[in-house]
Amino acid sequence: MAANNDIVIKIATVNGTGSASANGLLRKAIFRMGVPVVGKNYFPSNIQGLPTWYEIRVTADGHQSRSNRVDIMVAMNAQTYKKDMAEVEPGGWLLYDSTWPRSDLLDREDISVIGIPLSRLCNEHFDGVRARILMKNIAYVGALAALLDLDLAVITGLLEETFGDKQHLIASNMEAIRLGYDYATEHFSCPLPHKVEAMDATKGHIVIDGNTAAGLGCMYAGATVGAWYPITPSTSLMDAFRSFCSEFRFEAESGKRTYAIIQAEDELAAIGMVLGASWNGARAFTPTSGPGISLMSEFIGFAYYAEIPAVIFNVQRTGPSTGMPTRTQQSDILACAYASHGDTRHVLLFPADPEECFYTAQQAFDLSERLQTPVMVLSDLDIGMNDWMVPDLEWDESYVHDRGKVLDSEALEKIEKFYRYLDVDGDGIPYRTLPGVDPKGAYFTRGSGHTRHGAYTEDSDAYQDVMDRLLVKWETARTLVPKAEIRYSKFNKAALLTVGSGHGACVEALERLSAENVGLNYCRLRAFPFDDSVREFLAQHEVVYVVEQNRDAQLRTLLMLDADGDPARLVSLLHYNGMPINAGFVVDAVQAERSKGRAA
Amino acid sequence: MSYIAKPKVAHPSLKRNKLGLTTRDYEGAVSTLCAGCGHDSVTAAIVQAVYELDIEPHRLAKMSGIGCSSKTPAYFASESHGFNSVHGRMPSVTTGANMANRDLTYIGVSGDGDSLSIGVGQFLHAIRRNLNMCYMIENNGVYGLTKGQFSASADVGSKPKKGQPNQQEPIDPVSVALSLGATYIARGFSGDKAQLVPLIKGALKHGGFALVDVISPCVTFNDHEGSTKSYAHTRQFYHHVVDMDYVPPAAEIRAAYEEGSAMPVELHDGSRIVLRKIDGDYDPTSRAAAFKYLRQRFNEGEIITGLLYIDEERDEMHDLMGNVDRPLSELSLDTLHPGAAGLGKVLGRYK
Repeated sequence: MAANNDIVIKIATVNGTGSASANGLLRKAIFRMGVPVVGKNYFPSNIQGLPTWYEIRVTADGHQSRSNRVDIMVAMNAQTYKKDMAEVEPGGWLLYDSTWPRSDLLDREDISVIGIPLSRLCNEHFDGVRARILMKNIAYVGALAALLDLDLAVITGLLEETFGDKQHLIASNMEAIRLGYDYATEHFSCPLPHKVEAMDATKGHIVIDGNTAAGLGCMYAGATVGAWYPITPSTSLMDAFRSFCSEFRFEAESGKRTYAIIQAEDELAAIGMVLGASWNGARAFTPTSGPGISLMSEFIGFAYYAEIPAVIFNVQRTGPSTGMPTRTQQSDILACAYASHGDTRHVLLFPADPEECFYTAQQAFDLSERLQTPVMVLSDLDIGMNDWMVPDLEWDESYVHDRGKVLDSEALEKIEKFYRYLDVDGDGIPYRTLPGVDPKGAYFTRGSGHTRHGAYTEDSDAYQDVMDRLLVKWETARTLVPKAEIRYSKFNKAALLTVGSGHGACVEALERLSAENVGLNYCRLRAFPFDDSVREFLAQHEVVYVVEQNRDAQLRTLLMLDADGDPARLVSLLHYNGMPINAGFVVDAVQAERSKGRAA
Repeated sequence: MSYIAKPKVAHPSLKRNKLGLTTRDYEGAVSTLCAGCGHDSVTAAIVQAVYELDIEPHRLAKMSGIGCSSKTPAYFASESHGFNSVHGRMPSVTTGANMANRDLTYIGVSGDGDSLSIGVGQFLHAIRRNLNMCYMIENNGVYGLTKGQFSASADVGSKPKKGQPNQQEPIDPVSVALSLGATYIARGFSGDKAQLVPLIKGALKHGGFALVDVISPCVTFNDHEGSTKSYAHTRQFYHHVVDMDYVPPAAEIRAAYEEGSAMPVELHDGSRIVLRKIDGDYDPTSRAAAFKYLRQRFNEGEIITGLLYIDEERDEMHDLMGNVDRPLSELSLDTLHPGAAGLGKVLGRYK
């Protein structure tokens, strides 16, 4: 049930009608009033004409995930009207454009209907088809402002920031706000029983999407080469990187660019460019999604075997195949962990929200250069494209990027002979050299069988020697990747475990389960290979509920493969319908398992 | 074993270049290709070209894909970094490498299977970007390592050792490069080193995408009667159309050229190419004319060779993108972001 500052507003519109900026205005206004918000965008794979929704969760408690509830539905799309109305919680509200009254309004007697003649009002006050359509969106924000008791001064301030010195746009937008606001005030009892009350809970926070944060992280990591092929939902990561670079990446004297972004002909080329650039000493990355990983797989195996750094962002979407490209999932976990033919395994990093996307981007480059291997950042559409409230991102001026084991001329001079794949330090990580630096450092990079000295081989022992050393490196990786976040509430035999965007929902679910007297310990994985604490954690519990967003329990499989997880104790709670996971799902799934008598 | 280091013993009378190196210093491992393979002649021409250009070995990057041709970077310049990538993907790796460090000289060695079938997409896009590299295709019309299947450059009617003649139209890399805007397009023959060496030198010095398509017969699978990529067929039907000399920066043009036939072109680093037209009607600066000429002669069954097209005006990829003159790989990472203060400013947009 809704309460003050605990309200979910869902806005149903048609793709391409310009509702995004109106929805953003509404979300920002609530945030500016000091009240935590979550913004989720449910959009079609389409440019214009198909249904789209924006959901704002007003959450005084600062929850991170979506709520599986709608208190106020703004039903602007006739096409989805019935379905939208059915979604409203009993006792909730439906706001619709009453220019055209609907006969089936009374289907739901348990909700209240608020009709605002948005089209009529806008047609009377604005000229031009486009302006009328756009202002209709702003007008519903005005109506919601009255219904939710939003601060009009905050809205005015936001419009002034958006439009700067374009006074006529500020005036017309404010006029539209007023149209909705005044009509709602005159015809309905405003505000509604549950409204937005100013708080002080957003100071030191921002609202940002994960792709923007990751793009920003790549800039701070010092990435100079970005190669990519456009694919939803990863495209906005490169867009963000490009935008930050165009602002900050110029050589002072010449005005020339200190970055190269290449739109590749396909993902095979994108990863090839990343490998070429990394081999040659630049920090290079590519953002992609599942189908791109499939195409990159041959090269990913090459990079594993030839030991070339590469940073790959996989903003996962719903598969298999084209699947539902604008819906979220965590279904590339296994495909990424073991991408490519032959014996390969790859370091994966799992950010849980946009804040972690920023820091993980930097870690990914450091780890990739330290370990001389591809590092994949597994984000997803929910993290990448939705609006999350997170603490202000910080930059530590004393931070030193880790460029790994690279021998310069001076270092080369001190050694008798350079061998590319020799495990000098016993950690499985050999030294590398960069082309162009010193003739003594020359070596031949190849995906074919090679010896520890870097020479071609078809000799069984020499081949196996390198393959075994790569396993030593894997164990070193285990000690370098970010440790899992583990929370012991008290002595519990049962635990909850998740990864990535499951985190927000699980944390909220733990609170709710605790209120229902179900105590669970918690483990949130942050990387693969799994650090030793994960192995211990699994061994400590009689049952571990593994929450993940795919059909085939991929994370559970990985826990069995890499952390000796006992299949009898790992109980899957799977959410794979393409919508972001929510706490209610986790609570219900845990309770359903418990009722089967599975301990805890 | 397929990797045998070649002993580095140079005869004292061997000539030395400006760096004091002999051709032996530009050699690599012993070739494991078949005896008589055209590719080994191409390797020898590359060694000669980089030696004559006084290129420091470690400033040269050798790139390749997969196939007989792609093995050859192991057979020259052992003091250069080499990157033997995956099948058909040499262009993308070279693109990335070049983006990271524009100061190195890039030579990519590919084959007709690597560039015209599995890697045709990357080949085309590297041309479009005017990537600054020398792109060699060792073109023999067959797949060698998998034992003699036709490649996409096999001519219609060319006969395999076994089975039916090829019926599909060939992809001619020179025509493709012409149509896509390559800025240096040459064709040579592995059996004509005198012509080939200057073509490679010009390609290495050209500021942009330079294609050198080399007819390089496969002695094992495609050197028989009825093959259009055999030594005998190539010798019979190949014609020099435009030969060239490479003249280093600040050197004088000394050769005596016949009136009207010599055409000097200045390269971006001040060196020059002097084109010598064998066919006086040919215009190697006109894309349209070159294309028409090529197709006409092709239809007559002739293989025309030489520096077939050159455009020294168009910017290479870095300059098209507006990139800094220094290698991106040499920029200090600390200079590549606006620090804590800049971050604070950025965050204001998300409040």
